Amino acid sequence: MASRLTALWDWFDARMPTVGEEWRKHASEYYAPKNFNFWYFFGALAGIVLVIQIVSGIFLTMNYKPDAALAFGSVEYIMRDVPGGWILRYIHTTGASAFFIVVYLHMFRALLYGSYKEPRELVWIFGVLIYLTLMGEAFFGYLLPWGQMSYWGAQVIVNLFGTVPFIGETLALWIRGDYVVSDVTLNRFFALHVIALPLVLLGLVVAHILALHDVGSNNPDGVEIKKTKDANGKPVDGIPFHPYYTVKDTVGAIVFLAIFCVVMFFMPEMGGYFIEHNNYIPADPLKTPEHIAPVWYFTPYYSILRAVPPLFNSQFPGVAAMGIATMILFLLPWLDRSPVKSIRYRGVYWKSAVSIFVVVFLVLGYLGVKPTTVWGQFGFDAFFLDTKDVATWVARLCTVLYFAFFILMPWYTARDKVKPVPDRVTM
Amino acid sequence: MRSLLAALLFVPATLLAAGPAAPLEHAPIDPRDLVSLQSGARTFVNYCMNCHGAQYMRYNRLTELGLTEAQIRDNLMFSADKVGETMKVAMTAKDGKAWFGVPPPDLSVISRSRGADWLYTYLRTFYRDDKTPTGWNNKVFPNAAMPHVLWRVQAGSSAVQYDTTVRDLVNFLVYVGEPAAQSRKSIGIVVLFVLGVLFILAYAMKKAFWKDVR
Amino acid sequence: MSDNHKVDKTRRNLVVATSVAGGAASIGAAVPFVASMFPSERAKAAGAPIEVDISAIAPGELKVFEWRGKPVWVIRRTEDMLATLKKATGLTDPASKASQQPEYASNEHRSLKPEVMVMEGVCTHLGCSPQIRTAEAKAEMGADWLGGFYCPCHGSKFDLAGRVFRGAPAPTNLPVPPYQFLSDSKLLIGDDKKGA
Repeated sequence: MASRLTALWDWFDARMPTVGEEWRKHASEYYAPKNFNFWYFFGALAGIVLVIQIVSGIFLTMNYKPDAALAFGSVEYIMRDVPGGWILRYIHTTGASAFFIVVYLHMFRALLYGSYKEPRELVWIFGVLIYLTLMGEAFFGYLLPWGQMSYWGAQVIVNLFGTVPFIGETLALWIRGDYVVSDVTLNRFFALHVIALPLVLLGLVVAHILALHDVGSNNPDGVEIKKTKDANGKPVDGIPFHPYYTVKDTVGAIVFLAIFCVVMFFMPEMGGYFIEHNNYIPADPLKTPEHIAPVWYFTPYYSILRAVPPLFNSQFPGVAAMGIATMILFLLPWLDRSPVKSIRYRGVYWKSAVSIFVVVFLVLGYLGVKPTTVWGQFGFDAFFLDTKDVATWVARLCTVLYFAFFILMPWYTARDKVKPVPDRVTM
Repeated sequence: MRSLLAALLFVPATLLAAGPAAPLEHAPIDPRDLVSLQSGARTFVNYCMNCHGAQYMRYNRLTELGLTEAQIRDNLMFSADKVGETMKVAMTAKDGKAWFGVPPPDLSVISRSRGADWLYTYLRTFYRDDKTPTGWNNKVFPNAAMPHVLWRVQAGSSAVQYDTTVRDLVNFLVYVGEPAAQSRKSIGIVVLFVLGVLFILAYAMKKAFWKDVR
Repeated sequence: MSDNHKVDKTRRNLVVATSVAGGAASIGAAVPFVASMFPSERAKAAGAPIEVDISAIAPGELKVFEWRGKPVWVIRRTEDMLATLKKATGLTDPASKASQQPEYASNEHRSLKPEVMVMEGVCTHLGCSPQIRTAEAKAEMGADWLGGFYCPCHGSKFDLAGRVFRGAPAPTNLPVPPYQFLSDSKLLIGDDKKGA
């Protein structure tokens, strides 16, 4: 039996040697650093979530109706009448939030260990492109259930594009295909969500991994393992990805799936953060809900948008700030002037900056889900100009700190007192 | 449009809506109590379905509550012929808007948008108010267009009995909001058990391969 | 050397064990996806049995009802019509051996009661709906035509019990759906279980 299988493989390999070559190049002979830690699970997990979303999405598309009159009902049809439909739906909603949790942790790893630095700038750039595409994918997908939050969230976000000077109104009209978010918008967002952006995502993920494999993976010590090779030309601190990391990532995947299933089967709504309560009200173009907030994974940027006051009656400064806050990520490899990659060997400036950035990001995220009155008003009158809301001023401070993290980075990373980096990895 | 955006971003949320005036009481529902659910189904069909539908709920699914199709047909179906039909309301949206100012919303997923506690408190805080078109007002939903449909039930029961009636109705509405909720939880337990077994095996496998990596 | 063997064996066994468990779990995970493609509650409700009133059907008359998207014919057969069944010749499956009908309709008249014929009006060739041709249509159907059905698409012919004639492309008799009498004037088409 075993020799039959081997013979079969030999027949195939003789006709399409690429498969065997690529397997060796990217798995069984791809030497990855042996000191990967917890933070290194999230890339593989992101790939797993992508597959989960595509597969559950395909089956949802078999029953969903992208028509303003039928969409909301078709989701309830899936939840009730389609055998096992509720499982498909909850997989997809849980997967959407899981995707962002995993991606944020994956990006944070890059920040911790300098994985964006030379020669991996391109890996980082593809990664940021994936992040932006993912945000678009989530935004288009969220309109599809056609609930109140779906509708009004889309209305507000598209109107943001309308604030761009000169071309704004035309741009918003072009995105919507209509004068307000309507059935026309729903149909095109469906096409973008189901096929256009998934194809873009798949292409970018392939590029991301190929770019990584061409230069080799970073590691928690920021040591370049290719610098020290053994007699066979293999990095002494490297181990073949297969079987070592396939086996380790299997464990990681199972733990991840267990957490995923706890959420999916026992708290799929996650207190209204993963599935928002207002989205169980069918979209009503004539009635705005009391409190519109984007889904949790957009809230840090929404906070920044809200914090910036209007200028000359235009919201555009806030929109621009929000846009720059995402785009500035691209510049990270060139803003960071430190000769050292990993936080383990960096000085107090960098460690403080990263800690502050994390806190600021989380605070901005929290404030984004709440109304601006959540922390009340300042009791005293002063130069408060437009608003006395405490939360807005905290958000403004956090916005300044967020941008300072990036803008001042060339200065504080150059002056940071770094520690000597070892030649070999530490386990 | 710009001012709409400004309004949405800067006007505090409390000014945009008449928020709940009364604090919400916890709804003491037990989703596994079939008798309570059956009682709630009866209340729903007899009182609520004159104006509200549950258009995504099929009558024949109520066999999950321990009823036979014959019982469903004889006691719960007034405006439908077949037991496989959905619980649609006879009133059209146009009539509803003309009579009440706003068409009575479909209640299929009301428990998922409002929550059980809101529904429980709402149905128990109606009070007489001559200034409204219906003569009724509500502490949780000020100036609601809905009259106190259950007023006769409340008048003819003790406070405890009425609370039980409302509790059962809310229990039923929560069930209608997500009929698969109970099976979701039981399947979840099986899934976690399987993942636990898989974890043990996969972890042992990982350890076996990584033994020699220093 | 033997240590390596032992390690390899342990590794191999754990890989097998994990793969088997993982394979089983994957099959379990595939269940809801596969299940979702079976008819939904809405499809089942739309395909639910129909109650029809046959009291208004005159002797010799054919009435068409719709069930599961197909035409179902109910014919009140006269004594003459029933008599022709015995005389029919050239039938492919005169005793209804092929399973195109429930057990109670595999008799000579292919129905529960001889005077009420219930069958799907769907030609067993490629699905067109045949048309009735009474005994009077001998000019078109031939001198020995006793009455029955003719499919215009490819010329298949059936008798008044839906049995197919040889020489036609249709291979089997017209299907009889499950049905039962709720009373003398009411049929339930689509369900023959008692207590429905």
